[in-house]
Amino acid sequence: MTRGRWLLAASTLILIAGLAFVAAETWRAPLPAIVPPSAKEFDRALIARGGALADTGNCAGCHTASGGRALAGGRPLPTPFGTIHSTNITPDVETGIGAWSREAFVRAMREGIARDGTHLYPAFPYDHFTNATDRDLEAVYAYLLTRSAVSARAPANSLKWPLGFRPLIAGWNLLYLKKGPLADQPGQSAEWNRGRNLVEGLAHCSDCHSPRNAWGAEKREQAYDGAWIEGWYAPPLNAHSPAVRAWTADEVFAYLRTGLSSQHAAAAGPMAGVTQSLAKADDDDVRAMAVYVASLMAAAPSAHPNRRALDREDIADKEHPEGAMLFAGACAVCHAPGAPMMQQGRPPLSWGTALLVDAPHDTLHVIMEGLRPPAGRPGPAMPAFGDDFSDWQLAEIAAYLRARYTKNPPWPDLVKTVGELRRGGAP
Amino acid sequence: MITLTVNGKPHEVDADLDTPLLYVLRNDLALNGAKFGCGLGQCGACTVLVDGKPVFSCLVPLAALGRREVRTLEGLAADGKPAPVPAAFEAEQAAQCGYCIAGMIMRAQALLERNNRPTEAELRAHMAPNLCRCGTHMRILAAVRRAAVAMGGGVQP
Amino acid sequence: MTAPTRRHVLGGALVVAFSLARGAVAQHDDKGKLPVDLAKSPMLDSWIRIDASGKITVFTGKAELGQGLKTALIQVAADELAVAPESIDLVTADTALTPDEGVTAGSHSMQDSGTAILNAAANVRALLAEAAAWRFAMAADQVEMHDGAAHSLNGQSATYGELAASLDLHVEAKPNMPRRPKSTVIGQSLPRIDIPAKVSGGQAYVQDMRLPRMLHARVARGPSDGTRLKDQDLDVVRKLPGVERVVQEAGFLAILAEKEWHAVKALQHVQAIGWIRPGDSLPTADIREAIRQLPAEDVPIFAYPGPPAPADGTSVTARYSRPCLMHGSIGPSCAVALWENDGVTVWTHSQGVGPLRRSLSGLLKLPADKVRCIHVEGSGCYGHNGADDVAADAALAARAVPGRPVRLQWMREQEHGWEPLGSAMTVELQATLAGDGKVASWRHDVWSNGHNSRPQSGGGLLAGQELGMPKQRMRPIPMPEGGGSRNGNPIYALPNATGVFHFIEQAPVRVSALRGLGAQMNIFAIESFMDELAKAAGSDPVAFRLAHLQDERARDAIQTVVDRFGWAKRPRGTGGGGGNGRGCGFAFARYKNLAAYCAIALEITIDRDSGVIAVERVVASVDSGEAVNPDGIRNQIEGGIVQSLSWTVNEAVGFDTHHRTSFDWSAYPILRFPQAPKTVEVHVIDRPRQPFLGTGEASQGPASAALGNAVADALGVRVRDMPLSPDRLKGALGS
Repeated sequence: MTRGRWLLAASTLILIAGLAFVAAETWRAPLPAIVPPSAKEFDRALIARGGALADTGNCAGCHTASGGRALAGGRPLPTPFGTIHSTNITPDVETGIGAWSREAFVRAMREGIARDGTHLYPAFPYDHFTNATDRDLEAVYAYLLTRSAVSARAPANSLKWPLGFRPLIAGWNLLYLKKGPLADQPGQSAEWNRGRNLVEGLAHCSDCHSPRNAWGAEKREQAYDGAWIEGWYAPPLNAHSPAVRAWTADEVFAYLRTGLSSQHAAAAGPMAGVTQSLAKADDDDVRAMAVYVASLMAAAPSAHPNRRALDREDIADKEHPEGAMLFAGACAVCHAPGAPMMQQGRPPLSWGTALLVDAPHDTLHVIMEGLRPPAGRPGPAMPAFGDDFSDWQLAEIAAYLRARYTKNPPWPDLVKTVGELRRGGAP
Repeated sequence: MITLTVNGKPHEVDADLDTPLLYVLRNDLALNGAKFGCGLGQCGACTVLVDGKPVFSCLVPLAALGRREVRTLEGLAADGKPAPVPAAFEAEQAAQCGYCIAGMIMRAQALLERNNRPTEAELRAHMAPNLCRCGTHMRILAAVRRAAVAMGGGVQP
Repeated sequence: MTAPTRRHVLGGALVVAFSLARGAVAQHDDKGKLPVDLAKSPMLDSWIRIDASGKITVFTGKAELGQGLKTALIQVAADELAVAPESIDLVTADTALTPDEGVTAGSHSMQDSGTAILNAAANVRALLAEAAAWRFAMAADQVEMHDGAAHSLNGQSATYGELAASLDLHVEAKPNMPRRPKSTVIGQSLPRIDIPAKVSGGQAYVQDMRLPRMLHARVARGPSDGTRLKDQDLDVVRKLPGVERVVQEAGFLAILAEKEWHAVKALQHVQAIGWIRPGDSLPTADIREAIRQLPAEDVPIFAYPGPPAPADGTSVTARYSRPCLMHGSIGPSCAVALWENDGVTVWTHSQGVGPLRRSLSGLLKLPADKVRCIHVEGSGCYGHNGADDVAADAALAARAVPGRPVRLQWMREQEHGWEPLGSAMTVELQATLAGDGKVASWRHDVWSNGHNSRPQSGGGLLAGQELGMPKQRMRPIPMPEGGGSRNGNPIYALPNATGVFHFIEQAPVRVSALRGLGAQMNIFAIESFMDELAKAAGSDPVAFRLAHLQDERARDAIQTVVDRFGWAKRPRGTGGGGGNGRGCGFAFARYKNLAAYCAIALEITIDRDSGVIAVERVVASVDSGEAVNPDGIRNQIEGGIVQSLSWTVNEAVGFDTHHRTSFDWSAYPILRFPQAPKTVEVHVIDRPRQPFLGTGEASQGPASAALGNAVADALGVRVRDMPLSPDRLKGALGS
């Protein structure tokens, strides 16, 4: 054979092998549809556990649209690649997962493949859910298949070309999907391992708290270094945590369960929804997650003996007299040391991470939009000040807070950022 | 001294700049409408309009007002005619102790000026920041529905 | 010519003439006795005065709480005096001016003051008629009274003003004075006289008072009852901007300033020092469980006779409970006090100016006649809230600046933290059903702290305690009114039935009267239990009740709701089935078994996943006796229903070992607009010429119970511990 022919044959073989490989990776068999099981076919305790796990994973957070029916999908999720809409995971046969067998469900959770064999976008964090145990997935399946069926089709996604071509995801999976379940780490307690399984699995925390590469995959080497989600900054949960008070397991637990840590601050933005969901999850599970998350931050500066509340009132008053005036009339009534909530042991502003990070966005969001607990439930509340103040005044207040409660350099471009937030822009 | 515009008139007031608007309205200008319910932005008894938007006057310091116009319950009647929202509240006898009512009227006024055809759900969500402890909710909603009609619109189901 | 002489001549004829008219005898007179409050202050001019210009002033010892009392009493007086309501000036609770009618509470105002005024006015009208008859030289039966004047049949007339000169109202009221045959004002839904000011920015509340040279004040305390601020250097406080005076006496501390904002800021500075709990810690367990571990006195509530239950009867037991509840007045309590001429005047929204005056007299070591308490409206109090305490705080603060009025208002967190709460309660019920499906035995046990710590002495006030005065002892309120025992006696005809109130005197937290007192808990328990019994008997819940109910008016109230709600055609409860829950619930009670009748039916939907209840529609009936102002009655019942829904679903005061954790609305969320029912309908059953029964507390118990019953219908599980929060409902479903 001539060298040229040999090359041609080899390339063709490689191409065929490559195509076969690609086909093997991209083409996934559809699984048969089933008759939706009735609630009686599942053990009640299993369903209850599945519900607690669904709250741990906050399925409803993505799969329920604003004002929409529970778990019926349709929520737009902005990504750098366009907008994806969450799907209907109620047991409706036509538009939901009513015809999905347990096998189909587990495959979706572990590999990101729908029942009909199509690839799901990793905006659905199956790269995390893959870590869940068989037992947990069985319970979540029982829970989802016993919810109220809702007929609803998600709106079409609007993704940048060619990302609408789903088989491309197979390539992404090859590079970034590490199939689970996650094996326990020897030498660590059962509780720590359980926590790790949930945090890296169903709770998918690094989905928001880790930066991503150009392909939208989490940067493993920068795990938990902090990232942006829907205009809010999710701070680092590792040695780079800027917190000034320790994130002990007890504090993480309190924060996750109640949306408030007395050593830090109240959960806000997307994290508020997470804590409201975790409030309903299993106590032991949340405690295990807290143990694990606290261990991630064991090397952070805050882990060392406590520092007192910082209050550079005189400096801040001089640098930002207008901000001081506005703070005294609008904020002090809740946030000054003698204020009612401070008498209740709420944390001072200098202990919150929002003022410490480089981006002012979280601080500005909270001032402009406030905090609202779910209707009829007790919880940290704050009114929205967006209408009370002008852009410049909001910027002044934020600058004042930064100067008074931190030693960090002033935030740049505050007025501009206020304007962006008002227009609903993300950073 | 600081000047602020309330109900269309300028007033000179001798108060610290960090004084919340509520105390200035009540004590310096002797206006009774806006009331102290919590001072924390949780109950709405202090609701007034600033440039047409409903705000908690207990949390708006004088320094924040600038040239913005403040409108209170006392300023709703125009040209000597009774204003539609207070008139609707009176017609529906929408009060028990009545302490929350001035705030309710102002919050409703803000909605109906912006949209006199809200849906029932929008109406309830809009009024949610204001608390009533006597349980007068049904009459308050009836009063706002009545006022919406009087203002050329109507609450949709 | 003296009035008494004419009375003796004509009195008998008048009585005969009037009593011939049908249905004419005035209310409530028990064998010729005056109504209670009139008997205590029998002189007519204590209640009614007429001056030469014809101006009529009516005095009542009761207070307007926002329940529409002023309007209703004016209507009563106007009706009996045959004048237009506009011509009457009503003076309310003022220790210097009005009869002592105790406390405006217990839904007693119409019964006590309304009846007294009705009778007094009937007396006055008779005297006016008598004076006119003499003037016209005609017989009494030739005189008609209407439109504020006396008219003779031969065309003469004299206004009340003209007659006033010959009228001596400083005479004792006589019982059994006939009423006017036909009412022209009673029974009308007159618009309330206090609403116009409230919707136009008029001065309406004690919070709106502005007196010359008035100072603003704030009292400084720990965050909640049982705590106190740590000690601090008050000289620093005295030097804070705008502070005029710091008043400190033993444990009492107040700050006075020209500007209210300066007082608020100074208070915040003072609070920054931190606080401690000097006494015992609060229990770690839920308070309703914790108080049951404390010693209790057994106080019998009732015993209905009957043969022992059959041995083969079906036994049903259940335990119900509620947490501590807050009044949660929307406007924190406020008072204005002024020391002059060795005495003090206090403008207060206290429900009882008389008892408050006595308590202040003890607190301030002043003779009672040197203390004047004048009622001015506050925001709704729903019972014993901070009103009395803030009156004492204002009086003490003002003592430091005689001649200057002092306005002292509590902060939101002070009202939340210090107001006396409605006690946590537990009820255990046990009954036996005989073979015929009817109750054959019944036992009601209720545990509670006290429901009345209203101040009777200096030590009954927070300031008094801070000055070291001895605390008052709480005692059970005797039946038939009852405290924790209120409505523990079921209205149903139950054989072999007993009830015991286990009164727990030792209260870890501050408690007192909250609207309805024990009635809300007892009715929730009894009416839930009736449903549970009906289910065990295989009977419709309403039919089951009617089978045990003889009181005709009770049956009417129930039937009205049955008809208006469409009870027979109601949607079936979804019970344990899938999908969202839907259910209907019914409940009925007669407040204290003496007062108003109220039946309620409601329909709800529940999201099983979240446990959130949506109240779709509520239909209620109320029989308050003679309806003076039907719309006023409707307003109170609607309000009571919505307030009770909030209590039942949202509310539980929180504690840790050191203090109350429910410190503001975020920590104690009450119902907001999105949670309000879609519709509420109230049907007033008018009983002309029957005694007034009051209205204010009639709907709380039935609304709670109807909701509990609807939840059971919707979910197929019974939740017996309030609040029926989403978490509790989900827990009951095991999902």
